[in-house]
Amino acid sequence: MEGISSWFEYLSERWDLVFTALGETLVYVVTVTLAAGLLAVIVGVATRHHAFSKELSLAIASVFLTIPSLALFTIFIPLVGLGFVPSFIALFLYAILPILRNTTAGLEAVDPSVLESAKGMGLTPGQTLMQVQLPLAWPVMLAGIRVSALLTVGISAIATLVAGGGLGDFIKSGLARLPLPNSLEAIWTGVLLSVLLALAIDGALLILGRFTTPSGIRGKSKSA
Amino acid sequence: MTSKGPEVSEPLIRLEHVTKQYHGVKEPAVRDLSMDVQPGEILVLVGPSGCGKSTTLRLINRMIEPTSGHIYYEGEDVTKVDPNALRRRIGYVIQQVGLFPHRTIAENVATVPKLLRWPKKRIKERVDELLELVSMDPSIYRDRYPNELSGGQAQRVGVARALGADPDVLLMDEPFGAIDPITRDRLQNEFLRLQSELRKTIVFVTHDIDEAVKMGDRIAILREGSEIAQLERPEVILTEPADEFVENFLGSGAVLKTLTLRRVRDIELAPMVTLRKPVHRGQALQAMSDAGVGTAVLLDDQEHPLRWIDERALNSSERAIESAGRPITVQVQPEDTLQDALSAMLTTSSGMAVVVDARGKYLGGCTIESLASLLLTAGNGSSSS
Repeated sequence: MEGISSWFEYLSERWDLVFTALGETLVYVVTVTLAAGLLAVIVGVATRHHAFSKELSLAIASVFLTIPSLALFTIFIPLVGLGFVPSFIALFLYAILPILRNTTAGLEAVDPSVLESAKGMGLTPGQTLMQVQLPLAWPVMLAGIRVSALLTVGISAIATLVAGGGLGDFIKSGLARLPLPNSLEAIWTGVLLSVLLALAIDGALLILGRFTTPSGIRGKSKSA
Repeated sequence: MTSKGPEVSEPLIRLEHVTKQYHGVKEPAVRDLSMDVQPGEILVLVGPSGCGKSTTLRLINRMIEPTSGHIYYEGEDVTKVDPNALRRRIGYVIQQVGLFPHRTIAENVATVPKLLRWPKKRIKERVDELLELVSMDPSIYRDRYPNELSGGQAQRVGVARALGADPDVLLMDEPFGAIDPITRDRLQNEFLRLQSELRKTIVFVTHDIDEAVKMGDRIAILREGSEIAQLERPEVILTEPADEFVENFLGSGAVLKTLTLRRVRDIELAPMVTLRKPVHRGQALQAMSDAGVGTAVLLDDQEHPLRWIDERALNSSERAIESAGRPITVQVQPEDTLQDALSAMLTTSSGMAVVVDARGKYLGGCTIESLASLLLTAGNGSSSS
């Protein structure tokens, strides 16, 4: 109990820092998810008819995800310096795979007879994509977007090591000052707020999914 | 174009020396096929699997591009026009239906009118009209989604969607193939009733010769490479198969299948001994022995057939004659097929069926002998040709 009250005391003395860090992490999540989502959807759509380029793009995106995060955050420093940019690039590269994989899987899962009838009624390939394939693949794609957003919340804690800010700042400063006063409170601040932010974002995307999934295909979104 | 019947009119669709050759396959899927489809007819393409019948169908709306040859639609060579514009003018129904699961029934049916940018009000009216046409109450089904429909209902919507922009031509690829036999029979009947009003030009693919005989105004029996083994009216194919391939494809029951092509009104009704209340036992026995039959039909005051009365019922029954014998449960009407008549006969011990008019009034009888003589003539026709 004492730990919790001392943590609230710690927080109440530095709300401004807390909100700054929270805001920085949120900016990472939003910009990274949007940018990676855009790229992944474009690549997923562009390669949907070509098995080779589809597998190649998935393989490349997988490679990014296997690079240790500490390394991926630092290798861009010589090119772009410290701060937001190297962190953004690293998080962006990580976030591509879940969305790309689910975009590909979602498009593949569209019933061939639906595509056959769409073509047979005279929908152009573009109309088929926009009116049939993407709406049907959307729940699966959104599941990938959720994974990427949560991934970004977690990994963005590393950004503090390249002066990228975010909730990782609390964790880093706490770790550095252990076992001095307030060091544990700082670590808990970084960890708990990251978890809460992740839950909030997940909930928001879940609600978005509810509103954007046509009722005819609701209940099937948990696959892939 | 003037159309006074299939014989004199211009073909609506004409295939001219059409060949489809796939890469890496030695034999073409369709080899040098020429065929005319007359306006207002149902042309059934039937053949063993892999004979190229579906490929042929899909060539017509250019789902598949021909390797060589020409396809004419209303006299216009459509091998060069925009395929999407062409497909919007041709209804297309496939076995798996392929409704858009994320769209309501109404939105599905509205697909082609929407592509053609019809005004909203006209689309809404058209959708309701089409749903009524396929016996799907618009007020119930308009806003439902495809996953709430049974297979039979889904295909009704599939047909409604294909008719969306009132195309002159419907292409149907085994439309009732995935539906249970009872529902299939009902859909076939409803579709034929629909067609008698709409008079669309229909190319219909099936592997089921019974369905072909039932649905087709003309049947093209195809062998490998979509080569036409015989293209004729069903009754001609059944009684005069062109060669051994057709004969084998028809199977042993070909002559029996002719029963589905003829109606009860096509044969001469046999007079039966009819009895009216009150029945006098002696007169009844006399009338039956005069006619040389063992069974008579009891009618009520309105001429509705009630019961079969045979000699045993007349002689041994303790009860009143009016309640003797067996009740007549199955009757046939002049519009029914001879197959219906045959099955009605088989449910009675007498080998006869009672024919009544639409109001249920007695018209005459139909005997197994009259069917047998008909079948025998058909059989002789086949062996002499």
